[in-house]
Amino acid sequence: MKWDEFFVTGDPLIYGAMVSIVVVSLAILITLAVTKRFGWLWNEWLTTVDHKRIGIMYILAALLMLFRGGVDALMMRLQLATPDMTFLASQHYNEVFSTHGTIMILFMAMPFVLGMMNIVVPLQIGARDVAFPVLNAISFWLFFAGAMLFNLSFIIGGSPDAGWSAYFPLASNEFSASVGHNYYSIALQLSGLGTLMTGINFIVTIIKMRAPGMKLWKMPMFTWATLITCIIILFAFPAFTVALAQMMFDRLFGTQFFSMSNGGMDMLWANNFWIWGHPEVYIVILPAFGIFSDVISTFARRNIYGYKSMVFSMFAISILSFLVWAHHFYTMGHSAAVNNVFSIATMAIAVPTGIKIFNWLFTLYKGKIVFPTAMLYSLAFIPIFTIGGVTGVMLAMASADYQYHNTMFLVAHFHYVLIPGTVFGMLAGVYYWFPKIFGFRLNEKIGKISFWLIAIFFNVTFLPLFYLGLDGMARRMYTYSEATGYGPLNLVSSIGAIFLATGFALIFYNVIYSMLKSPRDLHADPWDGRTLEWSIPSPAPFYNFAVTPTVQSEEPLWDYKKKGIPIYRDKIKPIHMPSNSGKPVIMGVLFFLWGFCMVFSWWIPSIIFGAAVFIVMATRSFERDDGYHVPVDEVIATENMLRGENQ
Amino acid sequence: MKVDTSLPLEYSTEENRLKIFGFWLFLGAEIALFSMLFGTYFTLLNGTGNGPTAQEIFELKPVIVETLVLLTSSFTCGLAVHSMRLNFKKPMMTFFIITMCLGLVFLGVEILEFVTYIGEGATMQTSGFLSSLFMLLGTHGAHVTFGLFWGLCILIQVVREGFTARTANKFFIYSLYWHFLDVVWIFIFSFVYLKGMI
Repeated sequence: MKWDEFFVTGDPLIYGAMVSIVVVSLAILITLAVTKRFGWLWNEWLTTVDHKRIGIMYILAALLMLFRGGVDALMMRLQLATPDMTFLASQHYNEVFSTHGTIMILFMAMPFVLGMMNIVVPLQIGARDVAFPVLNAISFWLFFAGAMLFNLSFIIGGSPDAGWSAYFPLASNEFSASVGHNYYSIALQLSGLGTLMTGINFIVTIIKMRAPGMKLWKMPMFTWATLITCIIILFAFPAFTVALAQMMFDRLFGTQFFSMSNGGMDMLWANNFWIWGHPEVYIVILPAFGIFSDVISTFARRNIYGYKSMVFSMFAISILSFLVWAHHFYTMGHSAAVNNVFSIATMAIAVPTGIKIFNWLFTLYKGKIVFPTAMLYSLAFIPIFTIGGVTGVMLAMASADYQYHNTMFLVAHFHYVLIPGTVFGMLAGVYYWFPKIFGFRLNEKIGKISFWLIAIFFNVTFLPLFYLGLDGMARRMYTYSEATGYGPLNLVSSIGAIFLATGFALIFYNVIYSMLKSPRDLHADPWDGRTLEWSIPSPAPFYNFAVTPTVQSEEPLWDYKKKGIPIYRDKIKPIHMPSNSGKPVIMGVLFFLWGFCMVFSWWIPSIIFGAAVFIVMATRSFERDDGYHVPVDEVIATENMLRGENQ
Repeated sequence: MKVDTSLPLEYSTEENRLKIFGFWLFLGAEIALFSMLFGTYFTLLNGTGNGPTAQEIFELKPVIVETLVLLTSSFTCGLAVHSMRLNFKKPMMTFFIITMCLGLVFLGVEILEFVTYIGEGATMQTSGFLSSLFMLLGTHGAHVTFGLFWGLCILIQVVREGFTARTANKFFIYSLYWHFLDVVWIFIFSFVYLKGMI
């Protein structure tokens, strides 16, 4: 293989990206070397098994990927801003929309969700860590290896170009000759494995490690959402594993799963992909629902309305999510009877979702509402998400879908559910739980400015796409002529995208600004919260709870504040904690190298790296490490230090 | 570490109970994985293209050997767990070694079966049907292979340390895994081979 085949050449944008990657990597290394931080990085972060730190790393990675996917989005909007634009060539445009979709769903939304679960769930249920801390670290490093491998594709070898859903035969070797979809199948496989293990880990954590007295029906709403999400993960991700393995075998080993001849079936890919793909949509939305429930209840100063109906509707959504996958391809030739079944099942999802919307509204009713940034995102979510939901019901009607299918209407619909749903939810979560992790708040003024920019210009960007779609503008079109009349609305959308991006940039600015300027005098409970995590000092100590809490209702802290029911009754005892481990990050590196060699069909090195992964697993089996105990004195000293400084 | 002596050794600590529960969940995910592979197989069953059909390649003899060997290994694995519960170290190790030897025989026969198919021109690349057949059987076979290496690691630890909360837990989880592979094989035997031969 020649160098110019190995690296992607010929595009100034990509040369720019290569230079910036090298410069940033060098800058990071030099900074670490000058400040002598390599040991710190290794001991405190790379080998950590602390769920809070793993959560922080997930969210940092998610923000990085938000930037990458956001740049892709801006490039697309620039290309579509006016008719007959020549900013991106058709092939480059295909690659940009494919990576935008894949990165935003799998490497932005997923780690954001998993990061939130990691940070919050053990704190909400009174646990000291997750059930399997080392496995949790392995999950993170698998995700990270997958994310880095996928992002490498645009400078080495070429990006995937058949869309994020990678339909066959378009994604086959015949029509997508670059290694792009090899990257897709292997990188997503790695991060998918990590997600599956996270799912198992959190089900065990939530089922088995809740504080005494916290019955299932007394769990905070976000913990419920996480439990149900993880159950979906458990059954949905294996389907993705199989689909991706089949894709990899078709592309690398010449099997005939999705081929057009020799007995293969291209539609099998669409089915296998969406059997995972539709539940995946709920995997990223349900945790956001959980965050909204907790945030709205806190800032309306009321308990959540319809607690049980909230949980039952999430269960209903989780079951229905597995029964609707074929609505993604109504037009691809199944019988009317099949379309009917999937159409009705899809519309049925609006019922539990509607119940949740009304429950949030009833929680607000007669509440004493306050409006910090986290609450603004939650309130804006309700109307905007409802537009997304209602257009979803429109798309669910199989016969009408023949009009909307693969148009900008669909693009507008899923941005209208994913951005106000997942992204607003995660941002609300970041603003809400930030002080618990870092001991200071994000600046509210900058937060509110960026919120209004995002909320308003989100609509300016995506509302025109509904009309463009109804006018017949297909998605994934790299350009259009003036005669189509799509020009004006596209220009509005592109202008909106610039301001939307400004809003997101302000969030990055806010994090840096608040790190430097925000006052560090926070006490444990800055928002007047209701659940366990607000009863421990901020920032949360590494062992979380000095004393195991006891719980009597779904709002233990609120009960303590209003009725004086104590949460901490025990004396401080030595705390058992897991030791750090270097194996997860080493496995991550080995998986990355294995994946990279597989992408280019370098068999011998890939066998070596694959075997090395198993050797690390075997050494882990022989490891004898029972963790360590934090002595009582150290716990008391830490508690006094945190509480003394903060209160 | 709190040890609850009223429970079997493998369940005796909190950590052990978490691990067993977690492994049951993992088996749930494995069921979803094999369901997808079976689903793909049934979808592509008639997609034989220019290649042979199921009737043309399946042979009863190796399949019967594989089935008997694997079912027996599951039985001896159960006996090994029973011996462990009775704290009989030597019988447990004997049954464990028999289990793994039977697993090895299964794997050998399966590899010979694959070699026969490939010799007859029925490769993974020939048709959609054969791709799905090889992936279904191959995934099961890869699980057995992994199980053999994993079992070896556990065996060494049992030899070195005897029955402790940790080693008992490892072996009990291993037995769950091994029985699960047997269950999957029963489905393969019934719905792939028997159904394919009649």
